[in-house]
Amino acid sequence: MARSVTTQRKLIFTIIGWSIGFLIFFPILWTFLTSFKTEGTAVATPPQFLFFDWTLENYHEVQSRSDYGKHVMNSIVISVGSTLLGLALAIPAAWAMAFSPTKRTKDILMWMLSTKMMPSVGVLVPLYLIFRDWGLLDSRLGLVAVLTMINLPIIVWMLYTYFKEIPGEILEAARMDGASLMKEIIYVLTPMAVPGIASTMLLNIILAWNEAFWTLNLTAANAAPLTAFIASYSSPEGLFWAKLSAASTMAIAPILIMGWFSQKQLVRGLTFGAVK
Amino acid sequence: MFKRTLLLGAVSVAAMVSFAHAETLTIATVNNGDMVRMQKLTDDFTKKNPDIKLEWVTLEENVLRQRVTTDIATKGGQYDVMTIGTYEVPIWAKQGWLLPLDGLGADYDKADLLPSISDAVSVDGKLYASPFYGESAMVMYRKDLAEKAGVTIPEKPTWDQIAEAAKKMTDKSTETYGICLRGKAGWGENMALLTATANSFGARWFDEKWAPQFDQPEWKKALTFYVDLMKEAGPAGASSNGFNENLALFQTGKCGIWIDATVAASFVTNPKESKVADKVGYALFPTGGVENHGNWLWAWNLGIPAGTQKAEAAQKFVSWATDKAYTELVASKEGWANVPPGTRTSLYANPEYQKAAPFAKITLDAMTAANTSKPTIKPVPYTGGQFVAIPEFQGLGTAVGQQFSAALAGSVTVDQALQSAQALTTREMTKGGYIK
Repeated sequence: MARSVTTQRKLIFTIIGWSIGFLIFFPILWTFLTSFKTEGTAVATPPQFLFFDWTLENYHEVQSRSDYGKHVMNSIVISVGSTLLGLALAIPAAWAMAFSPTKRTKDILMWMLSTKMMPSVGVLVPLYLIFRDWGLLDSRLGLVAVLTMINLPIIVWMLYTYFKEIPGEILEAARMDGASLMKEIIYVLTPMAVPGIASTMLLNIILAWNEAFWTLNLTAANAAPLTAFIASYSSPEGLFWAKLSAASTMAIAPILIMGWFSQKQLVRGLTFGAVK
Repeated sequence: MFKRTLLLGAVSVAAMVSFAHAETLTIATVNNGDMVRMQKLTDDFTKKNPDIKLEWVTLEENVLRQRVTTDIATKGGQYDVMTIGTYEVPIWAKQGWLLPLDGLGADYDKADLLPSISDAVSVDGKLYASPFYGESAMVMYRKDLAEKAGVTIPEKPTWDQIAEAAKKMTDKSTETYGICLRGKAGWGENMALLTATANSFGARWFDEKWAPQFDQPEWKKALTFYVDLMKEAGPAGASSNGFNENLALFQTGKCGIWIDATVAASFVTNPKESKVADKVGYALFPTGGVENHGNWLWAWNLGIPAGTQKAEAAQKFVSWATDKAYTELVASKEGWANVPPGTRTSLYANPEYQKAAPFAKITLDAMTAANTSKPTIKPVPYTGGQFVAIPEFQGLGTAVGQQFSAALAGSVTVDQALQSAQALTTREMTKGGYIK
């Protein structure tokens, strides 16, 4: 009897789990399906789910109008570049906070996080002027710098949490053996924190990939990433859902595939230290 | 040896400089059919001007507006040509942000521009942007449904005639709604329609001393009429419908009457996209007791920011994209129906265009009827038809639009919406220093 209750429970939980998963995934699925519809079918009421005339017309149109390769390349450079730069700055910072905290460490962490609370548009004009004067407008370098700064608090916070889980005694032992500070961080701390660093990295690549305010406002033709590619397919006058869906599918495909392959690492990192 | 290397270096640098002489123009545009077509025809321009290269930045309207406003206000110099609306041109020109277009060349023929459009993009008689395509608003209706319901819509209808026809055309059992109007909040969405409607009822945004007028009977009459009509004969969820949502409804045969931008006519008569392509009739924007057809007038224009280093090349491009030869180029490649409408008198005199575009006459009539320097019957201190040409209007229009959208959704009454609109407009105008 008890056994059947467990099976039943399992079944219910499985169904609930799958339903929630499907619900979360549904917008992406719908975007994907819409990208194969004509503009007319895309807005048809009642909506057509699977039984419509599938067409590749939107992908042709998007391909012929935009330089997809250039946008993808920009997205990759900007997201990977800003994440690596962020990690290079955040690992030492998080080390300091985790292993030799002062009484102000908590305040510094809070202060760092508080910078995320300010609406981005509040600093748009000052930053735009700095970029203009330094010749960084519409450059990948400029965007790497901005996205690094924006995501730095999150990187530091995540790494700090992971580092806290590592016993300080191990680092102490390394020091006893004569390891310098750099060696201690590179050869002892980093290998132990790999899952944490990996998930921080992945999460930041995703955040930088999806960032749409700065990437739209600071770029024009040369450094525009995929966010600008998507934004060019929305239209105030004229139907655009099918073409926009095709552009969106193309824009999210690389990051979705990356996420798919690294999900084990991502989940492991995100739940790192959650169960004690 | 060193000297030789130096010489070689100098020669190659000189060679590179002469190769790099080709100027690159960065052009910011909105995503709509006419602009995309222009992008495809780039080759024609670069063939005629081999020393100029073109880079396109296409963005959604609101993103583009934010993007180019930031750039022009800070003199960022990211763009050499910008696509801007009739709302921005007078404001930006007065700020000194746009270069006057006085080098467009002999073939440009400024006198051929439609007077209403030409006025809208000129300040003190000087052209500050060159119109690429223009539009007004009009009534589009289903001739078959009107016939079935036994109603006729005259060429110059009144709002009462529209309401009567809409109610008779409505058949909710078959999801056929008599009238589809914008309800989605936004200064360029529902407020475009409602400001034009208010104009046609004799209402105004501000009196001569910039005092907001939402507490006046004309506004109450206009808004009550709109809300009541939409409740009785409009589609469900109309408060989230904008141009595109109504276009989809009309094209799929769910609307009897749709009142919106004239550019819609080319979509609803396109048999590839529209189920009702051969059943559409047209009329002027309705009047509501005063002789005023709303004065809706909009154009997308090409302007040159004052911060550009390539003004001469930019003027060459603007001239190419907006002169009469461009119209002929589009016609030869894509057919007359796809020519950008609403900017030149000569286009409407062209028999081939009239044949290809059955809505040509009514579009011209609507555009000629629009007068943006006198938007409403009573005197006002502002210009603009379906908008008020002051910098505060974007924020103000959207805030008021939210109140009116809520009234349409039924979450507040018409009186409450008007009171809130009056209060928030008074506050903003006081803050802006217009009133004390």
